[in-house]
Amino acid sequence: MRTNDVMLQTATKVVTFIILVFAIHIFFAGHYTPGGGFVGGLLTASAVVLLMLAFDIRTVKSILPINYVTMTAIGLILALGTAAASIVFDVPFFTHAYDYFTLPLFGETSLHSAMLFDAGVYLVVVGVTITIIQTIGEDE
Amino acid sequence: MYLVLLIFLPLLAAVFIPFLFKRVGKIHTGWFVFAVPAALFIYYLTLISDVMNGGTFIEEFAWIPSLDIAISSYIDGLSLLFSLLITGIGSLVVLYSVFYLDKNREQLHNFYIYLLMFMTAMLGVVQSDHMISLYLFWELTSISSFLLIGYWYTRDRSRFGALKSMMITVFGGLMMLGGFILLYIMGGTYSIRELIPQAAELVNHDFFIWALVLILLGAFTKSAQFPFYIWLPDAMEAPTPVSAYLHSATMVKAGLYLVARFTPIFALDGTWVWLVAGIGLLTLFWGSFFAVKQTDLKGILAFSTVSQLGLIMSLLGVAAAAYHVEDAASTVFKYAAFAAIFHLINHATFKGSLFMIAGIVDHETGTRDIRKLGGLMSLMPISFTIAMIGAFSMAGLPLLNGFLSKEMFLTAMLSIAQFELFSMDVWGFLFPVLAWIASVFTFIYSFYFVFHTFAGKHKPELLPKKAHEAPIGMLISPAVLAVLVIVIFFIPNLVADWLIKPAVVAIQPFLYNSPAEVDVHVSAWHGFQPELFMTIGIFAVGGLLFWKLRKWQKAYKIFPEAFTLNRLYDGMMFLGDTGANRFSRMYMDGIMRNGFVYMFSAMSVLVIATVFLNDAFLVDFSQSAPIGFYEVTIILAMIIGTIVILVTSSRLTAIIALGAVGYSVAILFVMFRAPDLALTQLVIETVSVALFLLAFFHLPKVAKKMERPSFKLGNAIIAIAVGAMMTIVALSAHSQKIIPSISEYYKETVYTLGGGGNIVNVILVDYRGFDTLFEITVLGIAAIGIITMIKLRLKKKEAPHENK
Repeated sequence: MRTNDVMLQTATKVVTFIILVFAIHIFFAGHYTPGGGFVGGLLTASAVVLLMLAFDIRTVKSILPINYVTMTAIGLILALGTAAASIVFDVPFFTHAYDYFTLPLFGETSLHSAMLFDAGVYLVVVGVTITIIQTIGEDE
Repeated sequence: MYLVLLIFLPLLAAVFIPFLFKRVGKIHTGWFVFAVPAALFIYYLTLISDVMNGGTFIEEFAWIPSLDIAISSYIDGLSLLFSLLITGIGSLVVLYSVFYLDKNREQLHNFYIYLLMFMTAMLGVVQSDHMISLYLFWELTSISSFLLIGYWYTRDRSRFGALKSMMITVFGGLMMLGGFILLYIMGGTYSIRELIPQAAELVNHDFFIWALVLILLGAFTKSAQFPFYIWLPDAMEAPTPVSAYLHSATMVKAGLYLVARFTPIFALDGTWVWLVAGIGLLTLFWGSFFAVKQTDLKGILAFSTVSQLGLIMSLLGVAAAAYHVEDAASTVFKYAAFAAIFHLINHATFKGSLFMIAGIVDHETGTRDIRKLGGLMSLMPISFTIAMIGAFSMAGLPLLNGFLSKEMFLTAMLSIAQFELFSMDVWGFLFPVLAWIASVFTFIYSFYFVFHTFAGKHKPELLPKKAHEAPIGMLISPAVLAVLVIVIFFIPNLVADWLIKPAVVAIQPFLYNSPAEVDVHVSAWHGFQPELFMTIGIFAVGGLLFWKLRKWQKAYKIFPEAFTLNRLYDGMMFLGDTGANRFSRMYMDGIMRNGFVYMFSAMSVLVIATVFLNDAFLVDFSQSAPIGFYEVTIILAMIIGTIVILVTSSRLTAIIALGAVGYSVAILFVMFRAPDLALTQLVIETVSVALFLLAFFHLPKVAKKMERPSFKLGNAIIAIAVGAMMTIVALSAHSQKIIPSISEYYKETVYTLGGGGNIVNVILVDYRGFDTLFEITVLGIAAIGIITMIKLRLKKKEAPHENK
């Protein structure tokens, strides 16, 4: 008999977005305040895990049709690419660049190539965490 | 250059052997091989005229110039003599093998390649002036003789003999390499010629005695001296041409060559004289004593080879003593080196022919067992004649070359007894006594070899084959050697001028400058000297004992088998193989807990000992921050959690306590103002506790006993030791900071250079982004690992097919 978990599912629908927004905030704020790609990634993963708990793996797969192994690979390539890009500008490997720009809507903002690297970290952490949980969860 | 090239000529010729064997199968491959040593022999003969006038040849090929390593060909009297022996007897042996080995049944290509390889190696050994290339060729002789002994590799005894000779000679070779390197360290050169003038300084060096002993070990193992002779009797499993070549004329003489070559360097030390002469004499006695026990024809010859090599070795020892006597040129010591070389030549001639005769007897009757043989005199008259000449020469009968060298040997032994250095006057009398007894036994086994094979009653029913005389081709080589045995008796002084005197100059450069100065004259009759009476005594006692041989030969059986050196060797091999296996199995028991015990106890003992031995332990709290109430509370919570993990009987409790410890750590991070760490720690702790629970849930039902981990005192001691170690190291490290932290730099530049505010994150992605790059790679690898472990269970899928 399947229990009725309508309350869990309803709450999840709301909470997931809060967690996701918080995760994205933590990720972007990482360069100035506590946070960063690692924690952001873990929090994002926990949002997905919550979805998996409230529904089931197959449903979550149809909601988020993402191949997490590919995601991990993309993250690694992004991180490595950011680090390697400096070679093109004839500076040592892993030299970051940053500057302040005036963007519409955000005003004066610093854009930092470390952010791209952090995005790689973020993708890897999300990919790895969900891969592990999914793999173990699907195992009989 | 071409002298160096000549060393490699046999090896180059070996390249064509397989082709000749496969394509020109109608002609016995040995005929092609024969050309190589014969040509070399003729070439080396042309050098005699120069060398006998004191000339030398040196040619070098710079092999590794940056390391000062060269392959050299240095030809003086000694190396020319050996080169002639190697190529001359090599030619005869190849000729003999053409008739001995069947071209249709034997793998001739293997045989001749190994033989040619061996020839190159021997030529290299005797012509090398450079110690490293000498060692290279030395090991090549070991390897090629290993291949030759194991030629019939389908036989167990062959493989055993090959392995045994390999183990012993390679052991000696490695020791010798050590000696060479020590000599290089002392003298600063690898060249033996350049070391000889330095000998007087080298003798005071600390390493000198080590170099001496190590090089002697090399020589003794190769020359089958006591107690390393044991490989030689087992090497008799080789085809007879190999035994005749390697184990009588050439390889076993490499050790003698080495001793002779290094005598000018080491003669200065009394240890050398004692060791070389003493071990030589002991080997002489031991070999001759046990030769009479053997029942295998080749066994008798093997022990007689051992014994004769001992004789030559002891003469070389006495030759070194000549350095220590004043006015040596007028004493009898000068005879020693001469006698050694003379006997070396004689031994090569008569022992080569005897081995070939043993091979013929084996070939024509099908057995080498002396108990089955007898009465072959009328069936094989030529073989009998040759065997008689060889054996009588070995026994030292007049009119044969063995007589001359045996006389000189006795002279040398009598003279060393009167030697006054190195307490020879106390023990010196043993030398002539042992030499005399050994000569008696030599006499007995020589007669035993000939007469128990050829005389007596013929026993055709015991022989696998019908005995008949060997084909003429097989008899050529032993006949040539036997003729030499007689010829040398009549022209000893000619041989001396051509070959021996130049070699003596190489051994005793401290006595002579040129071969012309060696004023030794060999005469068959030198008046009624003590050695003549000793010889007569040998013939009398030896003849008497041989006459009654059947009566007392059984006495050998009394000697217990358990105390032989072979047993010792077998025991050592057992220890090396099975023993080492058992020892490894004792500690590599496959139990992981024991592995941890070794690791942790070693680690804690090493670290604690290091800290206290270097006086590095220090506790200094002046740098410490004040301890507040919250810290104490959290630490208490952590301690309680840890204790719960240790003492609880339920795994679930342990997991939850572990989680509690983890969360406390997160709170500590909060208190010590590490928000990034606290965030990460919280999430990670949650995930890992969840994974632990998963693992707990899937535990097999059978093993899910609620059981408290049993207390083991040893484990507790090790755990406390490791804890103490970490505490000591942490306290000491914290109490003595030598340089200030670099964190100030980060604080100052995080905004200006890093363009960020969060130091931790900027360090992670910018200052030290490299680490992060590989940490995320580690994460990726972990994920892939989990996928492969869970999804790729090939075994499980194949399980139904297992019992098909």
